[in-house]
Amino acid sequence: MVEGKILKVSGPLVVAEGMREANMFDVVRVGEKRLIGEIIEIHGDRASIQVYEETAGIGRGDKVVSTGAPLSVELGPGLLENIYDGIQRPLETMRLRVGPNLTRGIDEPALDREKRWHFEATVKAGDRVEAGDVYGTVAENDVILHKIMVQPDLCGTVVDIRSGDFKVTDRIGRLKLDNGTMRDITLVQKWPVRVARPYRQKLPPVDPMITGQRVIDALFPIAKGGTACVPGPFGSGKTVVQHQLAKWSDVDLVVYIGCGERGNEMTDVLREFPELIDPKTGKSLMARTVLIANTSDMPVAAREASIYTGITIAEYFRDMGYSVAVIADSTSRWAEALREMSGRLEEMPGEEGYPAYLTSRLAQFYERAGKVVCLGSDQREGALSAIGAVSPQGGDISEPVSQATLRIVKVFWGLDASLAYRRHFPAINWLNSYSLYRDRLADWFSEKVSQKWMDYTGRCLKILQLEADLQEIVKLVGMDSLSPEDRLTLDVAQSIREDFLQQNAFVDVDAYTPLEKQYEMLSLIFLYEEQAKAAIAAGVSVDDICALPLHERIGRAKTAQNESYKSEFAAIADEIKAQIDALRASVGEELK
Amino acid sequence: MIREYRTIEEVAGPLMLVRQVEGVKYDELGEIELPNGDIRRCRVLEVNGRNVLVQLFESSAGLNLANSKVRFTGHGVQLPVSPNMLGRVFNGMGEPIDNGAKILAEKSMDINGTPINPAARYYPSEFIQTGVSTIDGLNTLVRGQKLPIFSGSGLPHANLAAQIARQAKVRNKDDKFAVVFAAVGITFEEADFFISDFKRTGAIDRTVLFINLASDPAIERISTPRMALTAAEYLAFECDMHVLVIITDITNYAEALREVSAARKEVPGRRGYPGYLYTDLATMYERAGRKMGSEGSITMIPILTMPEDDKTHPIPDLTGYITEGQIILSRELYRKGYLPPVDVLPSLSRLKDKGLGVGKTREDHADTMNQLFSAYARGKEAKELMVVLGEAALTPIDRLYAKFADAFEAEYIHQGFYENRSIEETLDLGWKLLSILPKSEMKRIKPHLLEKYWCGKD
Repeated sequence: MVEGKILKVSGPLVVAEGMREANMFDVVRVGEKRLIGEIIEIHGDRASIQVYEETAGIGRGDKVVSTGAPLSVELGPGLLENIYDGIQRPLETMRLRVGPNLTRGIDEPALDREKRWHFEATVKAGDRVEAGDVYGTVAENDVILHKIMVQPDLCGTVVDIRSGDFKVTDRIGRLKLDNGTMRDITLVQKWPVRVARPYRQKLPPVDPMITGQRVIDALFPIAKGGTACVPGPFGSGKTVVQHQLAKWSDVDLVVYIGCGERGNEMTDVLREFPELIDPKTGKSLMARTVLIANTSDMPVAAREASIYTGITIAEYFRDMGYSVAVIADSTSRWAEALREMSGRLEEMPGEEGYPAYLTSRLAQFYERAGKVVCLGSDQREGALSAIGAVSPQGGDISEPVSQATLRIVKVFWGLDASLAYRRHFPAINWLNSYSLYRDRLADWFSEKVSQKWMDYTGRCLKILQLEADLQEIVKLVGMDSLSPEDRLTLDVAQSIREDFLQQNAFVDVDAYTPLEKQYEMLSLIFLYEEQAKAAIAAGVSVDDICALPLHERIGRAKTAQNESYKSEFAAIADEIKAQIDALRASVGEELK
Repeated sequence: MIREYRTIEEVAGPLMLVRQVEGVKYDELGEIELPNGDIRRCRVLEVNGRNVLVQLFESSAGLNLANSKVRFTGHGVQLPVSPNMLGRVFNGMGEPIDNGAKILAEKSMDINGTPINPAARYYPSEFIQTGVSTIDGLNTLVRGQKLPIFSGSGLPHANLAAQIARQAKVRNKDDKFAVVFAAVGITFEEADFFISDFKRTGAIDRTVLFINLASDPAIERISTPRMALTAAEYLAFECDMHVLVIITDITNYAEALREVSAARKEVPGRRGYPGYLYTDLATMYERAGRKMGSEGSITMIPILTMPEDDKTHPIPDLTGYITEGQIILSRELYRKGYLPPVDVLPSLSRLKDKGLGVGKTREDHADTMNQLFSAYARGKEAKELMVVLGEAALTPIDRLYAKFADAFEAEYIHQGFYENRSIEETLDLGWKLLSILPKSEMKRIKPHLLEKYWCGKD
């Protein structure tokens, strides 16, 4: 146990002397209040410590004690449905203990020490187990089966193990390592947050993560195990997009990290998720969610740690063979925390004051995502998808955090303030967003949804691009100068934008659209396009077509119930054909 | 035992270095006694060995290295609070300046407060009727929200803030209500406008004012908003009152912060503002809200003037990332004479969705709001096109949209600073304006609502 004395205090940075024996990245307790900190630099006898709590009242000569261990998270039953701060202290338990405001120096174990879990052993005495093998399971709630695994750095022979009801720290059995030492088996394990949990092998991501958000699934899909970023100025709906992904993505588990954002947003998640029903399991959405909340008014150093805490918990569930999504809102605030610490350490700044290692730190974070073959002899596969919001100043993505992120992630959902002003939500700009997974996922979509899926979605992108070009012309010389075909393209583009891409997160039936229905909606729009094209060729005026009441029918298609939309869509399709046929017939009459 | 030090080594701008101190803590409050007996206050910014760097709250004029004494008080900056603060006027450091009686403090509270545990917040959802259509109808304010006004020099943000303070109420409720007003570096005239408006309406009795005028030391501005928020927290969370906090002008606050940062030679972020401006602003804004264990709430309306009307300037930009929306004023509308000149499209209230609808406002609120927004956006686009190509180039439907946009500005946005519209009046006005457009354009309104409220042609 290394003990030192404080020399210097500057905000969240504390320098202590007498720390020669301490290790880099060890957790230390600072002062009488035993604030939690982490060593981030050592110069001879002096260690620089970033403190995860407010340092007011700390002064020279106060004691610093090293715990000898790096910043770690506790992994075991009880993580789900919980809300933690950036260094995994349970906020709900803290509220019960100290009241509605956060006080300093609280020691509260992340997992409830008193609660008993029913453990069902799946190995028996004498079995040989290797790293990642499953000892047994705990049904943590009715959605997630929590697998108790051999720690990634151990292997050996099970000496004894028993099923029954246990607290997380109870010994449920013993493991004899190859070198003869005995280890107790408990339900909980610890893992340092800054080290990625190991896996056997990384695989290329080939399955889409279905989000139920039409613009994402159809135009810019993300793969399970993929990475995406959502940059946008304030008010463009970043948080709503992130919440929608957390709610409706077809993953087994979601870790939502509120990193330096608004307190009320986390409260919203906390109050709303328990009431929402997961369309996949029919159970509460909260049952598959872990929340990490380090809001903007909470200490800045813990904000830096929060995304590591979140992704380590996600990796742990990935190791069980689950598909996990990590949603971080917002990585810019994390980068700012990094910048603040770097400034206090008096490091040479890079661009805009951010430290030179910003890019590599970001890359390390996103690289922890991926589809993997997990450790363990059963070769199970898990996936970890990472989605980060970016809050560029003034919405200008030429700034360092956006640029560093774009170099790493494969999907870019660019939010656009002008779309948000028109209340086009989600305000994902179709002209500059991209997904590098589109081609890789083509086989899946063709097989599972329809052969025409890639064709339809490709056509959407093309028509929207055409629309942008045509709009330029309209702005210069007016609508009259366009050919009837181009007028129709504009009309179809408008339909794609308003009837397909726009999606209201606050209307129940519209918040989530199953893939089938997305496909059928596109079919309606393209049915209209084909019919209208033929009609124009037959001499029908484009004005008449654009004025048809069928537009309103298509517009309301999105509000058809997800269970019973098929008959309604069939009726709309008949309507489209009937109305256009009627027009053609009347033109035919005139010609006669 | 409190020790006194005569070891002031350096004074530069708002900063002062004191040597050979013992037992001084980070963020501690200090008092400097000048040779003439004046007391100035300061706060510890950095402890480095036996040296401490302190930040002065007042001017350094008259300070003398040889004969000034410093003592440290053993605690942070505190504000004595009591329910008797209502109706009183304080300076930026929390001392009464209205020649009234001394405040008998119930307790002293640290002005920095402590963060609210997100698990202990209540999500704000109680509709506040401000009587302003552009706010109630389109950017609904709820109790516990922080909704800034982004303004520019020469725009009537003060009038709008005063109108909200005057008219704001929660319907069907008779709660204890208070206003905390913090003037941060504004002119006497502007401060006087608020004070006389509060006096005229009788609101002064339930108002606490903290006044730091443009002529007061800039450095005091760093603590003024925190003083105000501490008073608000006391009234809201300990006296169970519903408190509306108005802070004007945040831009002056940020500039004071920049001054200290520059004096410390910190690596600057954008435009010379410190890299921690976001975190610093957040520790103020996030003090708004509702929390478990108390009936009260803090609703915050900070006002800031955007330099050059530039929304991407760091102060409005970072504010927008923290607050739950923004009300933006438009110079163009102001020139047209439309008051309050709220620029509807870029304005936003993030918490509106949970504050409106059945039981709160009316069932048709959400749908008409969306419809009005998109119709006005399209109308404005049509008008822009009209400027370039003339009216003839518009399609008949776009011509209607242009007409709608004009009527919307003249009737819905324009109401003056003294008209108090109920939410029903606002909603009905919305329907009336929408009836300029054909019914088939009402794509965002649910059919049964359209059936019930539509007042135009079929």
